[in-house]
Amino acid sequence: MPATTVAKLIDTSLCIGCKACEVACQEWNEQEFTLGVFNNTYQTLPDLAPNFWNLIKFNEQVEDGANSWLMAKYQCMHCADPGCLKACPAPGAIVQLPNGIVDFRQENCIGCGYCITGCPFDVPRLSPTTKKVYKCSLCSDRVGAGMTPACIRTCPTNCLTFGSRTDLVELAAQRTEELKADGFQDAGVYDGPGVGGTNVLYVLKHASAPEKYGLPKDPRIPWTVSLWKGPLKWVANAAFLGTAVGALLHYLKFGPKETHDDEVH
Amino acid sequence: MTNGWCDIANTDVVLVMGGNPAENHPVGFRFVMEAKRKRKAKLICVDPRFNRTAAVSDTYVPLRAGTDIAFLGGLIHYAISNDLCHMDYVRVHTNASFLLREDFHFSEGHFSGWDAEKKAYDKTSWQYELDGAGYAKVDETLENPRCVYRAMKDHYSRYTPEKVAEICGCTADEFKKAAAVICSTGRAGRVGTILYALGWTHHSHSVQLIHTAAMLQLLLGNIGLPGGGVNAQRGHANIQGSTDMGAWNMLPGYLRLPRAQWQTFDSYLKATTPKPLRPNAMNYWGNTPKFATSLLKAYYGAAAKKENDFGYAWLPKLGETENQSWGFFFDRMHRKEMHGFISFGMNPVANGPNTEKMLEALANLDWLVVVENFETETAAFWNAKQLGEKFYPRYVDAKSIQTEVILLPAACFAEKDGSFVNSSRWLQWKRAAVPPPGLAKPDHEIIARIFMAVRALYEKEGGAGKEPLMTMQWNYEQPLMPSLEEVAREVNGKDAATGQQVPGFAALKDDGSTSCGNWVYSGSWTEAGNLMARRGQEDPTGLGLFPNYAWSWPANRRILYNRASNDADGKPWDPTHATIRWNGTKWTGDTPDYKADAEPHQYGAFIMLPEGVAKFFTSDLAEGPFPEHYEPMESPVKNALHPNASANPVAPVMKSSADSMGTPDKFPYVAITYRLTEHFHYWTKHVASGSELQSNFFVELPEGLAKEKGIKGGDVVRVSSARGSVEGPALVTPRMQPLKVAGKTVYHVGIPIHWGYVGRVRGPLVNNLTPSVFDPNSGTPEYKGFLVNVEKV
Repeated sequence: MPATTVAKLIDTSLCIGCKACEVACQEWNEQEFTLGVFNNTYQTLPDLAPNFWNLIKFNEQVEDGANSWLMAKYQCMHCADPGCLKACPAPGAIVQLPNGIVDFRQENCIGCGYCITGCPFDVPRLSPTTKKVYKCSLCSDRVGAGMTPACIRTCPTNCLTFGSRTDLVELAAQRTEELKADGFQDAGVYDGPGVGGTNVLYVLKHASAPEKYGLPKDPRIPWTVSLWKGPLKWVANAAFLGTAVGALLHYLKFGPKETHDDEVH
Repeated sequence: MTNGWCDIANTDVVLVMGGNPAENHPVGFRFVMEAKRKRKAKLICVDPRFNRTAAVSDTYVPLRAGTDIAFLGGLIHYAISNDLCHMDYVRVHTNASFLLREDFHFSEGHFSGWDAEKKAYDKTSWQYELDGAGYAKVDETLENPRCVYRAMKDHYSRYTPEKVAEICGCTADEFKKAAAVICSTGRAGRVGTILYALGWTHHSHSVQLIHTAAMLQLLLGNIGLPGGGVNAQRGHANIQGSTDMGAWNMLPGYLRLPRAQWQTFDSYLKATTPKPLRPNAMNYWGNTPKFATSLLKAYYGAAAKKENDFGYAWLPKLGETENQSWGFFFDRMHRKEMHGFISFGMNPVANGPNTEKMLEALANLDWLVVVENFETETAAFWNAKQLGEKFYPRYVDAKSIQTEVILLPAACFAEKDGSFVNSSRWLQWKRAAVPPPGLAKPDHEIIARIFMAVRALYEKEGGAGKEPLMTMQWNYEQPLMPSLEEVAREVNGKDAATGQQVPGFAALKDDGSTSCGNWVYSGSWTEAGNLMARRGQEDPTGLGLFPNYAWSWPANRRILYNRASNDADGKPWDPTHATIRWNGTKWTGDTPDYKADAEPHQYGAFIMLPEGVAKFFTSDLAEGPFPEHYEPMESPVKNALHPNASANPVAPVMKSSADSMGTPDKFPYVAITYRLTEHFHYWTKHVASGSELQSNFFVELPEGLAKEKGIKGGDVVRVSSARGSVEGPALVTPRMQPLKVAGKTVYHVGIPIHWGYVGRVRGPLVNNLTPSVFDPNSGTPEYKGFLVNVEKV
């Protein structure tokens, strides 16, 4: 039986910006707590960081004299057709698990940063310390052990739900209908159409303007990357060569590999 | 809370005002979201700031800080004038029909009995007209112009939507839009709740403000029902417990403190035990002698006897009118009238108004003992000049402070057993997760060790007041470390003869045959064991009452005043949504707030009150029987209703050399202080995760004001008041809307608390700015709505 595709639903209409998911993410992934950066918002950081994979964006707007403060959790979208994976020249550095999770395996990462170029959501972050790229793993370790991702486990308002993609698509549609009945005619689901769907789904009150939430309106994998794994697939298929070249490049750029657990902050 | 957290899911309308639960109670806020999703409940947020609760609300109304009574008074007027009150409820369950004395009146901002010279009220006229038997006269038709309902209607007729808009700074349309939703619950079958917190209590008229909320809920018939009530969201894990146990200005169980004029137990009981004001009033406080006697038995054990007034003479007495609440005793300390101070679980330098005054006061002590998890601002007060840099210009250098400071390391909540009482009044037993580190000890061990050491000194050297110390019952297995189980059993109460646990407060006696440390907790640890440790998840009513989960005071009752969820005949106002029902012989469902087998007509529904019904009109409070809008002590405008009685005439304003009040010409902006989700009070700045989520002190500024001053987001600004100043980066935002008040633009300046001069992340203390102004009933300082100026640094 094929593995069920798992997904996360973020119902932004229920998000109160409490940041419990940020703390849960940091703690489960054993990231060192550092200091936030003030940028004239309530955000912990202006953007994602190599050691900060789950950020609530606080989006302030005034429309027709009325305030809105749209909070949306931002992290890896776990695309069905992942631009990062397409772009990655290092075999095994980025894997798409049978359950749909897109996972980075830092031991195979060569730090080239192509995945950053390939991501239509601007998620992966290169650590200047370890020269590896990091992002949310949808807690693949927890999910593999039958548990719910840390952020979802901690959410106090049921804004976050974890389950099979099929079920959550249905739940998202139901919530959309509820919001429409509540007067939000523009309510809808954000499901990354340009990337074959994402395993992180959003319910938005203003679905025709996802940019209000800090989400790209029309996410697309850059054509350069599509080309790389499309018509020029043979290049990528030269796996051995790719690895060898990649490893060489990495060596030349950063020197011999050192494994210090404490470097992975 | 009259109701509880889970119960919010039962509501149709949530009014959040004077609180910000999405930010400060995010876990409890799930029940608001559940009500929105499952019952299509509407969430209304009324606040000076468009905050995180406003962000998920259906309706947001801006309001000038300190004008909440005007807004709520406007809702009372709106409900009455638009015929939206639940009049059947009002007739049965309130004092609407009670007749007032002829000499009661209100004019020009003062109620009858005002003595302008003494600046004090004589409350004689704030009473009902009584019949020969001492009962209040009533007019069931509500036609008599002197009945409470008519007097209330007249009083609030001035609070029109236009007047509300003029005072509060919202528009009349915004007010009416919210009022229509809130008052839609004024009929059987629909119910609304009110959630509040320190945004209501931090005013010089805070108790009256909550009184107004209770009046509105009574008019709409929302008290006693699932999904209804007036619900205080408590700010610390066990602040409800400390209130119940009398850690503030009470004896345990809300018994009054003895005073000099009550030298005998008899005179104390006479003064504090109410008499019924209607023939059908159960007047449960009539049992005060049982509760007070049992408390003295818990204190003094066998030494408490009828012959010696159960040891009443050993209790310290307050002066006739003495106030020993926070602001008053710090004022005494500032006047050098105190020698020593033990600070437990508090950080007065950070929490108290006018920080520099706090610092000066502590420097006047001979000794200070701080019992804490961390070195707090209070423990380090002697070094504030250096640590606090430029914020304390008058303060002295460390070397000239003679106070001996002792910091005792205390175990934190996770390092000790015991109970937490949450906002829902649930006593939840917990167990230590880890032992305390190093030399840290739990609070009760520290208290016991101090007590035993002081007692030993008295034994050896003698001294004034020896007898109360020696007679205090201290029969714990380990006197230096009483187990909290033993203490909890003592609090529940025992039969003195058999030593058995009493089943509840109904078993308490006034003859010395029972002991009880707090009558409202009686029933929490019975012969059946520790009911606080229960974790049963059964929900027989389907209303989220969870009667077998922990234990709720009083008597495991989950919704207070639940008799009022039924009509006079005992039929639920909403049969689909009934917390208790009369089955012909007894009440079923939640623990009834009534005699369990008393037929519906026997008593009034509000069994604690001498009236037997709930009160719109009350003589209990300091500034009047009906709440009236008064401006904050520092206000940008005069009171639009009565400019010559602008602020609360009886609110205490301290006048030490460190105190001063500002005027709008020098300090034109209205400041509010508040908490953020990311931090817990002044603790989490010591903790890694909280420090990361909000590392920086900041000041929230309205866009318009920032533009006027040439301030951009991130620019450092100085906020100053007549007391002191703070500095930090500006967060410039449209969420702080300018308000039009009496033709002029009023800007709010928002200043989150949480920082200080010690900790992992640091910043100025916001209370550098706040005034020593207090509510006359509760002694709470006015932290919302004081005046400041803002400059770019």
